[in-house]
Amino acid sequence: MSATGVEYGLKGVVKELLSYRAGIVGIGLLALLLAISIYAIVAIPYEEAIKMWRGQEAMWIDNPRTAAPEWVEMFVGKRLPRTIKFDSRLQQPGTSKSVIEIPATDMKKVVITCRFRYDYDELPSEFNVFLFSNFTGSAPFVKVVLRKPSGEEVEVIRYVVRVPDDRIYISISGAVLSNLLSQYTAKYPVNVSDRVTQLSLMFGRVTPSSLESGDFDVEKGDYTITIEATLFSRSDDLDARVVIYGTVHGIAGTDHLRRPLEIALLWGTPIALAFGLTASLVTTFLQMLIAVMSGWYGGLVDSVIQRVTELYMVIPFLPFLILISTFYKIDIWVLLAVIIVLSIFGGGIKSTRALVMQLREYPYIEAARAYGASSFRIITLYIIPKILPPVVPGLIGAVPGYVFLEAALSLLGLGDPFLPTWGKVISDAADNGALYRGLYYWVLEPSLMLMLTAFAFASLGFALDKIVNPRLREL
Amino acid sequence: MPIKGLVKYVVRRGLVLYFTMLAAIYITILVANMGGKVDEIIIADLRMRVWDEVNRNPVYRALSGAERERLVNEIVQQEIERLGLDKPFLYRSLIYLRDAALLELGRAQFMTSDTGSRLVRNIILERLPATVLLFTTVMVINFFLHLFLGLYLSRRYGSLLDKVFVSLAPTSVLPGWFYGIILILIFYTWLHVLPASGIVDTPPPRDPLLYALSVLKHMILPMASWIISGIFLGVYGNRTFFLIFSTEDHVEAAKAKGLPPRLIEWRYILRPALPPIITGFALGLIGSWGGAIITERIFNWPGLGSVAYSAIMYNDTPVILGFTVIYAYLLMVTVLILDVIYGLIDPRIKVQFG
Repeated sequence: MSATGVEYGLKGVVKELLSYRAGIVGIGLLALLLAISIYAIVAIPYEEAIKMWRGQEAMWIDNPRTAAPEWVEMFVGKRLPRTIKFDSRLQQPGTSKSVIEIPATDMKKVVITCRFRYDYDELPSEFNVFLFSNFTGSAPFVKVVLRKPSGEEVEVIRYVVRVPDDRIYISISGAVLSNLLSQYTAKYPVNVSDRVTQLSLMFGRVTPSSLESGDFDVEKGDYTITIEATLFSRSDDLDARVVIYGTVHGIAGTDHLRRPLEIALLWGTPIALAFGLTASLVTTFLQMLIAVMSGWYGGLVDSVIQRVTELYMVIPFLPFLILISTFYKIDIWVLLAVIIVLSIFGGGIKSTRALVMQLREYPYIEAARAYGASSFRIITLYIIPKILPPVVPGLIGAVPGYVFLEAALSLLGLGDPFLPTWGKVISDAADNGALYRGLYYWVLEPSLMLMLTAFAFASLGFALDKIVNPRLREL
Repeated sequence: MPIKGLVKYVVRRGLVLYFTMLAAIYITILVANMGGKVDEIIIADLRMRVWDEVNRNPVYRALSGAERERLVNEIVQQEIERLGLDKPFLYRSLIYLRDAALLELGRAQFMTSDTGSRLVRNIILERLPATVLLFTTVMVINFFLHLFLGLYLSRRYGSLLDKVFVSLAPTSVLPGWFYGIILILIFYTWLHVLPASGIVDTPPPRDPLLYALSVLKHMILPMASWIISGIFLGVYGNRTFFLIFSTEDHVEAAKAKGLPPRLIEWRYILRPALPPIITGFALGLIGSWGGAIITERIFNWPGLGSVAYSAIMYNDTPVILGFTVIYAYLLMVTVLILDVIYGLIDPRIKVQFG
């Protein structure tokens, strides 16, 4: 506050807000959220975001499933595997493709090799080979061989291509497991634990004891994957994409559909802000208007409004909202409208009405009446400006409630079916057992965003409350 | 205040409240039926089920297509009459309203209680204890915690503890279910010390004592999430409330007279502040009986919130209605009782009807 008294206008309010710690926190967080929103809208246009979020499998097929963000390494103190990709159609270091025509036949051999270094502390999460071939007669025959850092060579699978765009899910293929096991048990005749997986046999250090226990150390070093394809016509061709999925991905990780979470985290911000602010703003102002009319006109208008308010009190808000959103499968903006309709006769009305009834008797209102001002003029020029300040902190403070309401509805599976929102991420996480499987990042990231939003508005609301209710300031 | 005035006041309030409640129930009937659209869905569903049954039943295999069609129509018609769907919606909605007003909640369309009963009353009453056990306990704990901590802090405002509570007050904008998720992550997923779902271990212990202990263990996380969610704002609110009250003139006058602080606190601060506190308590109590749909879902708590949610998901109108009706009745009775109490203690109402 300046020495001359209270400064009015936005500048004055901001200045005064900044004199409270809660105000600084609130404004800082809000600026951050606004920056994120603007970045989200500019970097990923609306249509694009929806397309990315609703994208078919093909869009994200190279991403690992439910992978944690890369920075979790700092907490676990291990090097966690990134996704390793090779594509024989691209000029890429580490991949090579050679074609050998087999003399005296129409056949040819395509050999694709991928060399890479694997020095992570954990096994990869998945391993897929995508085969792109064109063939006219017999389908190509493919053999995948893995050469481990120790120099040991194992045959992973022999496979006859079925369709031009084929894929081998190495990490879940039963053929791969039995193939690998038969090679290793020939070498080490032990009872094999049923915890042995395709990936542990390929990227783990295989010893008699690890086979028996099922616990494998990662064998670090240089690996070579060789895909040997026999093609039955010179005009045929085959290319391969090899993806060894890691357990971490990007700055926010991925969900069960391999989608990078940052899309939803980024886009959730403008949606949450717009949703919360609109709901709070419209509800507060309509409530205020109704309360003013009730208090000013009195009589029949007042009784009707009072009865409707009591009616609203009896209707259970959340079950009603759920009822409407289940029946009508509504999107987020219709939901917003429903929420507003369901809350305009809410609790705030009684206190504002009492305030207006007091104001009615004030001399300056009486003076206005005496000079013949219309009710409209008195309400808009003399009453609303007077009762607005105490309403504003409540308005700001109510924003998080609406943001969480949207999240809660998403959690019940009733949110907007298209838009990526924070609530939907939490809902996906909960549905896919993130809470029980220990996928902390999946729940914590959207929760953190929700918390930031909540604290931004709550702190701002508290600081504003102190400004407009000087009595609180002394306390 | 003469008895006649009080009776007049109570009757008037009672009537107004009763009609309000009826109106709220009627709105629920309209919305829960989507203005009659639900019936079409139910009939289409019914027809499909009957077709399926008739086609699969070997007894009817010999029937020709036309005969089978006739049979299906007959069964569907019977079912429609059994469910009362042949009457116009407006008529049925009034019947629903009458039944609801008489607390005859009828039978559920699809849901059954855990004991197999189709009566809406049983479906709801069966889950009420679980909800009361959890949410009413939390509500009562929260209420007294906030009241006494608030009173305590208002006595020593400006102290470190006071400052902590004031600055943590914004954390209460996070709802209970949100803290629930965080607590599950910490105490179940990470530390593996507390159960995160259900009301009792599976299989439930035979020994009643062990059973009770198991239930208590399952209550810890949901209760903690609501207590954490409410405490800072609740205490802050009460503290500010009492602080404002303690600067009233009559309190200053009592202080000037040199009355002991404890007496001032009880007689001059707490007592005049009682009506809003009682209101808060009563409404909180009612609110707690409704359960909490989202918290119950997160913790898989088999309470009223879960029933309401499944009823909405199954589109089971009688159950949705029963839920609203019971809630509305409880609310109405509470508000009426509060009105009577106010009528007795609030001088302004005494003047109006005296």
